[in-house]
This record gives sequence, C-alpha cells and structure tokens, in this order.
Amino acid sequence: MYSTRGCGGTEAALDALLEVRGLSVDFHTPRGRVHALRNVDLSVPRGEIVGLVGESGCGKTTLISAVMQLLADNAEIRAGEITFDGRDLLQLGEGELRSLRGDRIAMVFQDPMSALNPVLPIATQAIDIQYRERLGKAEKRRRAIDMLRRVGIPDPERRIDRYPHEFSGGMRQRICIALALSAGPDLLIADEPTTALDVTLEAQIIALLRALKDEMRGSILFVSHHLGLVAELCDRVSVMYAGEVVESGTVRDIFHRPQHPYTQALLLCDPARIEEATRELPTIEGEVPSLIDLARGCVFRPRCSKAFARCTVSPPLYQAAPGHVARCHLLSHG
Amino acid sequence: MAELLEVEDLVVRYRAVGAISALLARVRDPFVDAVLDVSFNLAAGETLGIVGESGSGKSSLGRAIIGLVPAASGSITFDGASPSARSDAALRPWRRQMAMMFQDPVASLSPRLTVKSLLTEPFRIHGLRDRDQGAEARRLLQMVGLDAGFGSRYPHQLSGGQARRVGVARALALAPKLIIADEPTAGLDVSVQGEILNLMNRLQRERGLTYLVITHNLPVVRHISDRLAIMYMGRFVEQGATRTIFAAPAHPYTEALLTATPVPDPDQRRPPPDLRGEVPSLLNRPSGCEFHTRCPYAQERCRLERPQPQLRPPGQTVRCHFPLA
Amino acid sequence: MSAQTSELAPALAGEPRTALADALRRVVRDPLGALGSALVLVFVLSAVLAPWIAPYEPNAIDVPGRLQGPSLAHWLGTDNLGRDVFSRVLFGGRIALTVALTAVGLSLAAGILLGLIAGYGPRWLDNLLLLLLDSVRAFPVVMFALAVITVVGPSLQTVILVVVVTSIPAYARIVRTQTLSLRHTEFILAERALGAGVPRILLVHILPNVIGPLLILASMEIPVVITIEAGLSFLGLGVRPPTPSWGNILSDGYAFIRNTPWLVIAGGIPVVLTTLGFTFLGETLRDVFDPRLRRD
Repeated sequence: MYSTRGCGGTEAALDALLEVRGLSVDFHTPRGRVHALRNVDLSVPRGEIVGLVGESGCGKTTLISAVMQLLADNAEIRAGEITFDGRDLLQLGEGELRSLRGDRIAMVFQDPMSALNPVLPIATQAIDIQYRERLGKAEKRRRAIDMLRRVGIPDPERRIDRYPHEFSGGMRQRICIALALSAGPDLLIADEPTTALDVTLEAQIIALLRALKDEMRGSILFVSHHLGLVAELCDRVSVMYAGEVVESGTVRDIFHRPQHPYTQALLLCDPARIEEATRELPTIEGEVPSLIDLARGCVFRPRCSKAFARCTVSPPLYQAAPGHVARCHLLSHG
Repeated sequence: MAELLEVEDLVVRYRAVGAISALLARVRDPFVDAVLDVSFNLAAGETLGIVGESGSGKSSLGRAIIGLVPAASGSITFDGASPSARSDAALRPWRRQMAMMFQDPVASLSPRLTVKSLLTEPFRIHGLRDRDQGAEARRLLQMVGLDAGFGSRYPHQLSGGQARRVGVARALALAPKLIIADEPTAGLDVSVQGEILNLMNRLQRERGLTYLVITHNLPVVRHISDRLAIMYMGRFVEQGATRTIFAAPAHPYTEALLTATPVPDPDQRRPPPDLRGEVPSLLNRPSGCEFHTRCPYAQERCRLERPQPQLRPPGQTVRCHFPLA
Repeated sequence: MSAQTSELAPALAGEPRTALADALRRVVRDPLGALGSALVLVFVLSAVLAPWIAPYEPNAIDVPGRLQGPSLAHWLGTDNLGRDVFSRVLFGGRIALTVALTAVGLSLAAGILLGLIAGYGPRWLDNLLLLLLDSVRAFPVVMFALAVITVVGPSLQTVILVVVVTSIPAYARIVRTQTLSLRHTEFILAERALGAGVPRILLVHILPNVIGPLLILASMEIPVVITIEAGLSFLGLGVRPPTPSWGNILSDGYAFIRNTPWLVIAGGIPVVLTTLGFTFLGETLRDVFDPRLRRD
C-alpha cells in the first residue's frame, strides 16, 4: 500500500515515480487549435515534492489533467509519453486508469467544497473511498477516524459524522487531503490547494503536506502560482510559461540561480521578494501570447528584455548545471 | 492636513437568524457583529491598508463606508459631512465623492453592457447628461492605458488585468476624492499586479486621491500603504505606520500573520505560526480579548478582560494586554 | 470562479457581437430550429396577410355548394354552410395570432413586473406575492376558464383574460428566481455603490439577464395558448360564431367527420403545425441559451 522504495535522491530522471516526456496537447475550439502544451517534460522523483509554477494560461492545469487522463473531450494528445511507476499511462485502458486513480495517484483540488459531496456525512465518504480494501465497515471507519486525526481534525470520533458544510474551509481542505491519502497513494497531486484559504491556514496546510509526505513516503506534485509557497514546500521546481516548461531544477537553483529571463522576471515581480518598500513595482511588459497563432521562435521573446538574434529559433532545454535546465539561448555558450 | 474620512466607533451588524426562527430557537442575539468599535482617520492623499483574513469584517467595513450596508451605530464623517439619511437619494452626493473597486474584476462589471457603456454610466446615474459620453469614455480608457477599441468589448472578453483597469477607470469617472479598493490584486498574476498598482499610484499622485485598500495580501500592502490597520473578528487589533508594523508588530495576531506569510526563498523556511484552533464563530464571541483562544501568549487576564486600544511606542495603537516588545 | 481569470481571453476576443445576434444565428443553423422558425414564419405571415391572400370572404355562405371536397376552386373544400374552409383557416389563424400575442404580451409584462418586485423588494412583499402567484397556479386552467365564462359570457376577450391570468405566475417565477440570484452579485453591488437607483438596476442590469429564459418560456407558452383558445372555441365557449377560429372549424366539422373528414383535418392540422413550430423553436432557443454551451 505504501511505497516501499526508498526516498529518491536529487538525481532526477532515473528512478522517477512520474515521468512526462515530450508531451504536447492541443484543444480543438471553434476559434482554432489551441496549443496548450508543447513538448513538456516533467519528472517527479520518488519521495520528493515537485512544484509546478506558472501564471494563468501557462498550462499547469492542462498538464495535471493529462497526467490524470481527465482531459476534456476536445483535447488531443499529439505527442509524448506519461510514465507512472514504469507504466505508460497513455496506453492504459479506462479500467486500468480508474484503478490507478485514487489508489496510486490521488488529487486534491482548489475548492474543498466542490470536492466533497454536500449531502453525505464525512464518515460515509471516508468509508466509501476505501472501497478497494477488503475490510469490514467498522475497520474502515476506524481507519478514517485515524486519518482525520492525522490531518489535525480535533475530536474526529464525533466529528466524522458531520456534513461538509459544518466544517470551516481549512478543515474541509484537511478532510480532502485525508480522503486523498487514505489509500496511501504514491503520488499526490495538489492543484492550488490553499488558494481559497487564509494565510495562517495556508501555512498549516503546507506544513501538514510536508509532514504527511515524509510519513507516507510518497511524492507530491504541487501546482501553484504562489512563489512563496513553492519555496516553502518544494524540493524541485518546474516553471511553465504559455504551454512550455521554461526552466526546471532544484528549489535553490530556481530561487537563487534562475537562468531563464521569465523566471528571473517573475522573481523580481514578487512583492514578497522586494526588500525596500516601494511604490513602483516591477512588472513584465506585454501579454501572454495567443496559443492559437504562435509566433516562431522562443515563446517569451516578445516580452524578454534580453532577447537577441538567435531567439527567432525556438530554444531547446540547455543545461545550466546538473539537474538544472532552462529553455533559453543565453545558456548556449555555457 | 485635513482629515478626509473620520470613522468613530463604527458597528456593522447583520442578521444571522430570522426573527421568527430566533424566537423559536430562543436565540438571544440573532445579530452578528461584522464590524465592532472601529475608529480611524484617513488624511487626504494617504493610503490606508485594512488587513484581515476572511471573517475579519474588512469587506463589511468598506461597504459601510460607501453606504452599501447600514451602520448600526457609530459615525462616518467624510469631508466634514455625514449623510443625513440612509436613503439612496441622501447618499447620492456621498457616492459622487467616493468610489469602490470590487474584488472580482470581471464579475463586478454588468455582463450585458459594453465597456463604453459601463464607463459612462456614472454620468448618466448622476444626471450629468451634458457631457460628451464618447469623449469621456475615451479619456477614461486612455487614463488607464487601454486603447479606444476596448470601448466596444463586453466584460467576458476582457482579461483579468484589463477588467481591473476598466474598474479603475470607472471608479475615477466622477473624479472622486476617496477610492475604496477591495482586494485590488485578486485574480491578477504577479507579473501584472505591478501594472495596476503602479497605475493606482500614478493616479494618486496626479489627482491627490486617497485610498482605502482592503486586502489579505501582506507583501502587497507593505509596498502600497502608508498606514495599516489589522482586523480580527471585526475589531482593529493594531493600527499604525506600515513600516513600523512590519518591522516590529505589537499584536500577537499581526506577528502570526507576518510569520505565516511565506517568503519566496527556500533558505528562509519557517514553521507555521503557533496559533491554536481556528477563528471562533462570530455568533459565539470569546470573552475578554477575543484572540485569547488562539494566542500563544495568552494569560488569565486575557480571558477575563477585553483590552482597550492603547498607544505604544514606536507608534502603534494596539489592543492587547501584553503587546510584543 | 477560478482565482486567476484566464489570460487567454484577449487572444480569443475581438468580435463584440451581441448575444442576441449570436443566438439567432445559432437557432437558424440548427435543423430543428430552422424548421420551427419556418413554420412560425408561415403561421405569422399567413395570419397577418389573411385579408389579402384569402380567396373568399370567410363568412360567405353558399349553401348549395356545401360540403364539397378539396378542389382547385376551394383548396380545402367547403364546410356545412358552403363557406370556403381555406379562407376560414387563414382568418382562424388571425384569431390564434391575436390571442397568442396579446395573451403572451400581457402575461410577460405583468409577470416581469411582479417578478422584479418580488425578487428585489423586501422579503414580506416577496412572500405576499409568492402566496398570490402560487394560489393562481394551483387553479386548473380549464375550471377557471369555465367559471369566468359562466359569469362573464364567452368571447375572445374572456379567453385572453383567462389565459393571461393563468400564465402570469410562470413568468413571474422565472423573473423572480433570476432577480434573487442576481441581486447579490458583485456587479449589482458595484452599481449600487455608484448610486444607481432601483429602476435602473432592475431595467438595465437585471432584466437583460433574464430575457433568455423568458424568451424560451414565451415560445413554449404560445402553442399552449393557441391550443387553449382552440379548445375553448371548440367547446363553444370561446370565439362566437360565425367568426372563424380553428377550434370552431373543428367543432363545425366534427358532426360531418364520417363523410367529409377534411373539415376536421383542416381545423386540426394548423394547430398541430403551429404548435410543433413554436415547440421546436423554443427547444432550440433553450439549447442556444444554455450557459454551458456558451463558454468562449
């Protein structure tokens, strides 16, 4: 049930739990083909927390939908492979995927209220979700109470019979985490799990995720637009922009030695990073490009202050250091 | 400098339980105090940040000032005057001098009106029909850096940043003195947040605007406000100059907020603040200092006696029996 | 609502078409919608142009020529008094159209007014209006019609009155529900903060957002109204003879159904086709206005 392999080190690719390679996804819309993901690589090693950072429209939600194989009907996976624990998810049938989801890969969403069934008590939902286990109802209930206690719900024996609306937002998100982890998945995908929560609760949930990951020896793919949270929680980070992964490395690589101009600009813009209080905040000029008519060359070029002649050609991923790559021609000399 | 806005002992209440249900369930007090005993002044040209988490009452405070919700007691004096009554007619001149920017940039724009219509509506509402509406719309769009073509778009065709700019333009249509901005950076990517904030800053300098910014985003408010007020369960627990509060918070809740805000630096990781439990329900206010149920420094006195605001060096007003040194 | 509004919106924007033009285009493109629109158009045009395109006077009696079958001279034959059935059908359509438009128009107006007041006004007023509307709705239409007709006497006006009163609750409810849900939205709050008065909020900001469901209901109600009128006229309780109505064409022909069935067919088919037309149109409108299908 729990992953019995040892905690992965920082040498990424070899023993990765989740490996996405060269993934390209298009959406068919009345206005044309939206190239939502282009040649995306992502690696989640065992026992690590990987952050997926990007602003709106960068494709992070599309990416995790692809991993969960829950893309919309008008999506087309044009290329690439998604390997989970050695198995190619794109080759699996719906039945096999369903047995993976919830059991080996679980997900926590942004809005806990829409993830929980409002007309069923928590106990029913927590017991239902253990449907794969061949245990009696009493035993399942006991495990559910135990899980609730683990995530910090006070007085779980009594409160487990309550309904979702009787809990506060922070508690509901904890419950969702408990439900997601109840089958002991190897991979937990958390999509902006704290966006709807206050900052004091946010900090607690982040600490909880880290503690649980260590305890259950699983991995977490943490999707967020909040740089502070990513720095607080993650071991490795991938930065996305307009459908591409533009930089990837350890958390220190990204935050201390960012190589891609977008990453650098993003860090500069974060008000929490700016030491001196100022009224003139930095921004990134321009707008995210249309994903339907993509210009040739580097996708960030129109907004990049360091663009030069070579940038009219789409850059590959260059290596800045072992395990640290960036999609920028500025690295081509090194 | 004259005080533009003076708020004294403001109380805003909502009915939580219907009158008949209250009678049947024998609920003593069917009202919830969203804002309680709030007093502050705002000088012309200043920016005051109101900081709090959800349920703190900060949005209710903003709405009470602009007259969207009635004040149960206390006074709001704007530019030396108080509205004579709470009717729409009495509040109209009030609303010409004040404008509000709402949290969701797209949802706060009426979906069936074009941007041009939305921008010129303030003139129509206040009976200023002699203005050239087309010219005004263009002027307002230009002021916020949008080109004239945006006038024919509908709200759902705008990005978050563009909708936010339209909100700013709309707020400025009648040249108000005070703008209440409810979460001005909500829904905006970090890379475009600065555009809106810089725009608001420039307009403030050019037109001598006064801002009341309501937010839970501490890193942003640190940059854009002169003074801050921290709210908890409807009360101001700390008030003072932004710089001072960030450098040396006096109230344990302020300290918790600052500790909980993550820094984008993996070498500055911190454990979450040592807060116990959750925010109590507004229907069941704790005794004494309402923060005592969660405060890591709480003592017996905190449970028994409600602290009154006191002035502490280096210059904050704080509601705490044992303010942090 | 996601925390981050899509930055793709500017890429997808560019053509500020009105929702209405868009909707109409989509209706015509759908096969059922096209068929429905065509039928409705035929109905409306034939009714409006009846005085000019009817070959005979609808009430012109010609007893020797009675009960003739369809022929070149009389496209739908003649009835028991020798009157040209085709002309009667056309003029019957005028009655149907008049009743439909008047009834639906009046119900809409009253329903919108009551719905807006109930949805936006104080709670006690809402409760009062709901009580009133629900009481009316609980009454079976036909019983109510019979009761009124017994008191006032049968006539076209009576039919319209009955139909209007019994239709109002449906419209009022829709408007009320929409108004209630829109009342607390952020854009309404923003309008109030600007100082907009109640009439402006109701007419400029709330009403346009209610039109969709109302249009659908109205188009679904029209065939019901037409059928009620035909039914009442068939029973002799509606339009008084000799004025032609599809209903009394049917009842006149009923006695002769054995030998001259075309009278009943001529009276029945227009009702069927018109009802189908409006129903197809209404269903297509409903699909078109489905918010889920309107995502940009």
